[in-house]
Amino acid sequence: MEIFQQLFTDYTLRMVAMGSATLGIVSGSLGTYAVLRGQSLLGDAISHAALPGIAIAFLLTGSKTPIVLMAGAAAAGWLATLLIMSVTQTTRIKYDSMLGITLSVFFGVGLVLLTFIQRRPEATQAGLDTFLFGQAAALVRQDVITMAALGGAALILMVIFWKELKLLSFDPEFGRTIGFPIRRLDILLTTLLVIAIVIGLQTVGVVLMSAMVVAPASAGRQWTDRLGVMVVISAALGAVAGVSGAVVSSTMRSMPTGPTIVLCMGVIVLISILLAPNRGIIWRRIRDRRNARRLRIEAVLMNLYALGLQHADPQHPHEEAVLDVMSSESGSAVPALNRLQEQGLVVRSGATQWSLTQKGLMLADRLRKERGG
Amino acid sequence: MMTQGQIEIQLITIVVAVACALPGTFLVLRKMAMMSDAISHAILPGIVIGFFLTHDLNSPILILAASVTGVLTVMLVEVLTKTRLFKEDAAIGLVFPILFSIGVVLIARFAGDVHLDTDAVLLGEPAFAPFDRFVIADRDLGPRSLYVMGAVGLLNALFIAGLYKELKLATFDAGLAAALGFAPMMIHYALMTLISITAVAAFDAVGAILVVALMIGPGATAYLLTDRLGWMLGISVLVGMASAISGFWLAHMLDASIAGAMATMVGFFFTGTYFLAPRHGVIAAMLRRRRNKWVFAEKMLTIHLLNHEGLAEAEQENRIAHLEEHLSWESAFARRIVKHAQDDDLVRRFDGYLELTEQGRDLARQTIVET
Amino acid sequence: MPQEPGKRTAIEVRDLTVAYREKPVLWDIDLTVPSGVLMAIVGPNGAGKTTFIKAILDLIKPAAGQIRIFGKRYDQQRQLVAYVPQRGSVDWDFPTSSLDVVMMGLYGRLGWFRRPGKRERRLALAALEKVGMQDFADRQISQLSGGQQQRVFLARALVQDAEIYMMDEPFQGVDATTERAIITLLRELRAADKTLVVVHHDLQTVAEYFDHVMLLNVRLIAAGPVPEVFTEENLRLTYGGRVAFLRADDDESGENGQNLESDAAGQQISAAGSASESASESAAGLRTRN
Repeated sequence: MEIFQQLFTDYTLRMVAMGSATLGIVSGSLGTYAVLRGQSLLGDAISHAALPGIAIAFLLTGSKTPIVLMAGAAAAGWLATLLIMSVTQTTRIKYDSMLGITLSVFFGVGLVLLTFIQRRPEATQAGLDTFLFGQAAALVRQDVITMAALGGAALILMVIFWKELKLLSFDPEFGRTIGFPIRRLDILLTTLLVIAIVIGLQTVGVVLMSAMVVAPASAGRQWTDRLGVMVVISAALGAVAGVSGAVVSSTMRSMPTGPTIVLCMGVIVLISILLAPNRGIIWRRIRDRRNARRLRIEAVLMNLYALGLQHADPQHPHEEAVLDVMSSESGSAVPALNRLQEQGLVVRSGATQWSLTQKGLMLADRLRKERGG
Repeated sequence: MMTQGQIEIQLITIVVAVACALPGTFLVLRKMAMMSDAISHAILPGIVIGFFLTHDLNSPILILAASVTGVLTVMLVEVLTKTRLFKEDAAIGLVFPILFSIGVVLIARFAGDVHLDTDAVLLGEPAFAPFDRFVIADRDLGPRSLYVMGAVGLLNALFIAGLYKELKLATFDAGLAAALGFAPMMIHYALMTLISITAVAAFDAVGAILVVALMIGPGATAYLLTDRLGWMLGISVLVGMASAISGFWLAHMLDASIAGAMATMVGFFFTGTYFLAPRHGVIAAMLRRRRNKWVFAEKMLTIHLLNHEGLAEAEQENRIAHLEEHLSWESAFARRIVKHAQDDDLVRRFDGYLELTEQGRDLARQTIVET
Repeated sequence: MPQEPGKRTAIEVRDLTVAYREKPVLWDIDLTVPSGVLMAIVGPNGAGKTTFIKAILDLIKPAAGQIRIFGKRYDQQRQLVAYVPQRGSVDWDFPTSSLDVVMMGLYGRLGWFRRPGKRERRLALAALEKVGMQDFADRQISQLSGGQQQRVFLARALVQDAEIYMMDEPFQGVDATTERAIITLLRELRAADKTLVVVHHDLQTVAEYFDHVMLLNVRLIAAGPVPEVFTEENLRLTYGGRVAFLRADDDESGENGQNLESDAAGQQISAAGSASESASESAAGLRTRN
């Protein structure tokens, strides 16, 4: 548990962990809306589009403080979103094409600006790396405070406008008919998403930010059917990925933080889709098998019942072999009969013969009435 | 005059642009543009593993490994979507960053000292492309990238030319294609394989992001200019080439990243076409709307008069003053419409009333039938 | 439609024209809907039926014309109108329960920022009870059948306690039990003098369920009480002459005396719903008179 001790003693690790946790919480919460509204890839476009914004912010102000660069990133991200919306609404160009064009062209412009900047004498090797892959290891207190403040503000807005945003995400047209300014709420939500993205760029970089928008929410969705709980779970899972990624990358050699966080997130997603109750794949498999078994057992009961009805005494014993044949599935009916016996619905009345108990008869009667035939 | 290096760089990037534009056009039409982004990032681990196996950055195994990874990416996205736990865009946005991260981590841990620089992978730098020569029997035949890219471009062209009919059908009417036995799924995977191959080959020269720009941008630009597949392919190739050349000179002027400049020029051509395209462009649409506004309003007027003709309230409805209120037209506009309609001999004025001429009646009827 | 005595005018539409990218979707529609009616809107695909009700709901800006709800503009009367959109218009995998969806109907009344509380829960549960879904209140909506989902949408409208209900194909894809339940509910609402405007997809049930009908194909073909307006001629005008008819009266006049009465009001037709969708572009209008 030396690792956890380190979390408290090692300044750098603490900063990276806190920054990553903040990122996870904010992008997990706001990513929920993006995923539910089918805007998963918009996050990718906004991330890439942020690059020229960062460059221009630097060129205009000469400052490299996080808040300035984030402002530039946000402005560019917003501009990209506007362009995507307006082009898709005014021409035949489709949404996915616009995402691809905006992403690559903005990024290209950003590259031109960055290489242009690098030629200038006063520019330090701020490096493309920082924005492309994030440089979580370089996070200092000021960065984390900025992230937390902006992220916190975004989350507070999300909570204040909770029901309005829920309405916007589920049924915007209905929302308009009852009087809510849906377009303005859409702008609000997009702004919150842009904020979530820009605060994460420093940590995981442009390329991987899209995963931090999509993954926590996708994982969170598997664990609950309620929006509020989904937001909380996604935030928590995002934080867990953030901190784990920070810790793992600091303890192991040569593990860049950004990708490590994303990989942790990937593991969390995998666990979620396999193990989550109700939706999880393993769960579903078990449930399906259980259902099939139940149906099979019921079928054997009803077969025995049907046979019994042909006698004066419906509890007349019958041969296993007959039941085997009657069953539409291959294999012996004995396991099912054993189960039925355990439940007191049938009883063995000979070496290979079985008959209904009183309880079994009543149940079969009732089932027959319910099924109407 | 241009140096040999400059000529070679331009040649290479032109070939890259052509190789990308061809399959990219289909991505645009099939609404799968973001697959280019996903694949070009997701093939990184494939390249790395290929490198681990061969220890040779120039080995064709790399292309093979990366292409396999590309197809795997597509399959993974599909599997995830089929579980119904994800929507398709979420699946894409999940799969490629994770694969990319795997690639980055592999590089950092096991190949940190080798020139498999993630910067280069992502951004590419065409300026370095000519340095890698294609040498056979001690004869320098030119830059290696040119030949590799050329081969890929040829492959793409042959594929499209050979399966043109099938591609066209599968793209525009998948159901019919399946019914006719053209196996749209196979075509889909074939296309994705080509995209992967193209992306890998192009990495060296231009990097992942420019691959996306060159695949989607020219195709989308062409989509604004034509409705026919053949023309679309041709125009996208031309736009790609123009972006390559102009991008090169832009980078030259600004002393900046060539890949970035080319992506910028793709944006430039797209934006220009967005505004200026003769039929689908925004300006043309605005002009058309303005022209049609008068025609449309005249039609609305005649239909309105026709609908109320002969009815008790016709007196009320057909008063000119009433029109403004009824049709929610501004007075100035209403007056001008009426004047237009009079000039075109569609209506007649009696006192404050309007009456349809026979021609006006015909126009109204015709409009109704048209719709 | 001429104004019927003793009824208020719920909706008045004058010269409504809606265009989409210079193509007209609705041309110069005049319609008066009195209160206390159950009106169907029918027409081929692309006829503008959904556009029409969206225009009334102020979701679409018309190119020309006016719409009045009880004499005033929609934005002044929105609390009097409830909207039941098509079932396919939302993603049913959204993480929310039936009760939650119904409570969204009360958001308008809550206004900004206020959260739904106990009172809203009670009202929502009552609405769910009215549609027989009270046992499914906490069920995730993706687990509901088509008919159940439709009922939830209906409950969401009921909870708004409106005067006018605008519905878009509420009977589409629901089971027979749900269909009966819905029509019973609609009739109850009508009896309470509510106005129900329903885009309906099934010509066969128009006469059975509705008392008024609007035949729409970009233009208004006809509107009014079903016996007067729902005629073979009008249907041909609406669907461009591609509707097959089955007459209910001729063959059964001996067995079912009731059918003879329907003759007096014009023929009751049950069109064997084979109205061709492709006929939407051939709004025959005046062409068939030649």
